[in-house]
Amino acid sequence: MASMRWEPLAEVNRLRNEMDRVFGRYGDRRSSPLAAPAYPPMNLWEDDDNLFLEAELPGVGPEDLEIYVTGGNQLSLKGQRKRPETPQGTWHRQEREEGSYSRMLELPCRVDSEHVSAEFRHGVLTLTLPKSPEVKPRRITVKAE
Amino acid sequence: MTTAMTRAQVGGDKPQREATRQATYMPQFDIQEMDEGLVLYGDMPGVGPEDIDIRFENGELSIHGKVAPRQQNVSFLYREYGVGDYHRTFAVGESIDVEKICAEMRHGVLTIHLPKSEKARPRRIEVRAE
Repeated sequence: MASMRWEPLAEVNRLRNEMDRVFGRYGDRRSSPLAAPAYPPMNLWEDDDNLFLEAELPGVGPEDLEIYVTGGNQLSLKGQRKRPETPQGTWHRQEREEGSYSRMLELPCRVDSEHVSAEFRHGVLTLTLPKSPEVKPRRITVKAE
Repeated sequence: MTTAMTRAQVGGDKPQREATRQATYMPQFDIQEMDEGLVLYGDMPGVGPEDIDIRFENGELSIHGKVAPRQQNVSFLYREYGVGDYHRTFAVGESIDVEKICAEMRHGVLTIHLPKSEKARPRRIEVRAE
């Protein structure tokens, strides 16, 4: 029975997911010294017509953000986050990331860079990237005789 | 404070069951202390000003941000973070002027001002010359 097969890697993954749940939303991505933390964290998903990319950029205004799509499938995101400048006072905690960031991503398919749209709401950036016509799935109709 | 009390009572009468269960995450915070009070900055992307609940009781500041589920039933190509509510509490040792606590939310960053009560502020002692 295929469903009863022992899959050791799946077990490990499940354990890791459990650890992620316990230790935080980024799992070992940030805590491990080997994995360089990529900022900003991103989620990418798709439907038949579009790729959707979401990035969390709290405290970044639309004016502090540059988005480029080059070569049809290279996406780059640049910007900076500043801590408020206050002349006096002492910091008890500084957990939030600051400074300039830039992240480059190779998209899994070509997109129509002319029609990419971006929305920024409550510190969450959502990009809608329409897929190029040649990579969209096409339904083939089977003619009945 | 009155609004918080009312909301708590309403919530107690009619417990609202959520259709989906989401994880709750700990937001990252910066805390700065100045002579006149403490300022907290918290990253809570996806939370609007209307979705935040802040309470201050017995020296404990509790912050809860509600996030509506996004991207349900989609298959991810990359998934680097989870979406869920935010919750964090801080014990505040200083004596705070509760009436003057205020907070604002902008671009997913929560700023909370906790002004120190008059007696807790540092005071410069004048030394008189004879």
